[in-house]
Amino acid sequence: MSIFVDENTKVIVQGLTGGQGKFHGLRNRDYGTKVVGGVTPGKGGTDVDGIPVFNTVKEAVEATGATASFVVVPPKFASAAIVEAAEGGITFIVCITEGIPAHDEAVTYNRLVEDFPDVRLLGPNCPGIISPGKCNIGITSGDIALPGGPVGIVSRSGTLTYQALYELTQHGIGQTTCVGIGGDPVPGTNFIDCLAAFEADPETKAVMMIGEIGGSEEERAAEWIKHNMTKPVVSYIAGVTAPPGRKMGHAGAIISGSKGTAQAKMDALAAAGVHVCLNPTAAGEKMVEIVQAL
Amino acid sequence: MDLFEYQGKQYFSRFGIAVSPGDVADTVDEAVAVADRVGYPVVVKAQVKVGGRGKAGGVKLAIDADEVRLHAGNILGLDIKGHVVRRLWIERSSDIAKEYYASFTLDRANKSHLGMLSAQGGVEIEVVAEENPEAIAFLSIDPTRGLDIETSRRWVHEAELDEAAREQAAQLLVKLYDCYTTGDCDLAEINPLILTPDGTVHALDAKVTLDENASFRHPEWEEYRATETEDPREKMAKEKGLNYIGLDGTIGIIANGAGLAMSTLDVVNQVGGSAANFLDIGGGANADVMAAALEVINADPKVTAIFVNIFGGITRVDEVAKGVLEALARVTIKAPIVLRLDGTNAVEGRAILAPHLNDRLSTEPTMLDAARRAVSLANA
Repeated sequence: MSIFVDENTKVIVQGLTGGQGKFHGLRNRDYGTKVVGGVTPGKGGTDVDGIPVFNTVKEAVEATGATASFVVVPPKFASAAIVEAAEGGITFIVCITEGIPAHDEAVTYNRLVEDFPDVRLLGPNCPGIISPGKCNIGITSGDIALPGGPVGIVSRSGTLTYQALYELTQHGIGQTTCVGIGGDPVPGTNFIDCLAAFEADPETKAVMMIGEIGGSEEERAAEWIKHNMTKPVVSYIAGVTAPPGRKMGHAGAIISGSKGTAQAKMDALAAAGVHVCLNPTAAGEKMVEIVQAL
Repeated sequence: MDLFEYQGKQYFSRFGIAVSPGDVADTVDEAVAVADRVGYPVVVKAQVKVGGRGKAGGVKLAIDADEVRLHAGNILGLDIKGHVVRRLWIERSSDIAKEYYASFTLDRANKSHLGMLSAQGGVEIEVVAEENPEAIAFLSIDPTRGLDIETSRRWVHEAELDEAAREQAAQLLVKLYDCYTTGDCDLAEINPLILTPDGTVHALDAKVTLDENASFRHPEWEEYRATETEDPREKMAKEKGLNYIGLDGTIGIIANGAGLAMSTLDVVNQVGGSAANFLDIGGGANADVMAAALEVINADPKVTAIFVNIFGGITRVDEVAKGVLEALARVTIKAPIVLRLDGTNAVEGRAILAPHLNDRLSTEPTMLDAARRAVSLANA
């Protein structure tokens, strides 16, 4: 099984008529994802390569029965687009937009929690989610993923998500679902949400978790793993050599004072029984070992 | 983006937060002119984005123009932990009855805003948090609801601020919260927030960090950007639209994606090298971006080897390869280049480079192999 999405998930793309939206929306469809519509205000009634475009999410949902939305709009408009998706009846929102102001993210996150408790937001600033062979929402290249499981992947970093997929696929190890939660300060979906879903998924036998410096989500995940996770977890944390006080690309990747260091995260995970590896290749090799022993 | 104290105070003023009367000065004469205007005694304060100014001799009290002249002369040009003082903030000296601490930041773990208020200000809040955590009144604020005056009043009461300060502090904190949210700050901190003997409350210092993602709705931030004292390498990179952070090592790093770039630094370190920089060329980088990245690395005299680590996703490896060749045609790259290329169009990319490979330009099959080769080249 997969988590959050499957082969029946119907997806609309908010921003389908834009350059990025069109490129990735069509790529997702070509992968086999049920991309059933697009939303661009003022462009309702047109289509993008046969995919109907609607003026509002509500109209799109009513016409297509979509439950998921892929938000590909500029930072200025992304928060409003996310809220519109929730109001329009979407229950799973993937937002890849990078550069949304932190205060907008904080308001949007809490708005969803308070007014739309059944809606899950993935991102912003994430590569999206891929359940190999079933559904791909986002910007991950489908050809580096291998269907069939048994590994679930959850990652805060885009390119390292690809790296993790690649390491496993190279060794012939498939993935149930690969979730990129994104590198922003207020992600809609966190490590624990994904770990819990993987723990509950019978087809996922082991989990690869890729973290990075900044915040304390990895430490919280470690605490959760210690008490709840029965499946083996392999982890890699990027940023051991990152200098304090500098944002390492992602808005959330910053060591403030002594908080958020890679070492603290690795220590917490190791103490929770996680196999902590020092680079992505080593993490891939460790996972091969674990899967072969299953 | 971190603001200088004077910019933070000017930013506070926009939101009606009381600060001491003062102004900036770049020369001794300007300092005297400001002091004459705001009235003596004044405090002459070095404007650097680093802590410990006072201990380094960067903050001095002056009772008349002669003292301003003396102190301003000494402080301008002073090197404080590698930051040379180019600008002063001169403000009217305040009599202090009590020093408090107040700040707002994002509480990432709880997805809410966090206010911190303490009757023990003037010292580092980390020290207070460590030694006497009950002296800090924490307030969790739902971003959808904000901070109202009643909550603020309860908060100053809970923090045990002096009776005489409470109402003014409560009002000021609502303004500070407005500055933090409407002003798109990652951090808005006042330490110390003071109560004067005559019973007024105002900000004696200002520490403000702005969220650059919100730049699109703050055209007024342009002036802050102009005063950013940057590493010349970082300045050049920014002009070319690259995400670059200068470090002290010898291996120039170029990667696509922040996570992979960080990971590249780590792997280089693990095999015995040290990175000269962090450089993320981002998603969808094309030949121009790649060429610009190589030029920035090339401008760093410490670099003795360059490691290009690309995992194509949106970024196409063939574009990267073209960029490398373009850069080589445009400028003489001083250090040898090692590439690791995987992902979207990697086969095409490697084929483009194949006829040009030599001991100055080589590829390796994995990230680890490439890191090892870069380190051996750097040390050769």
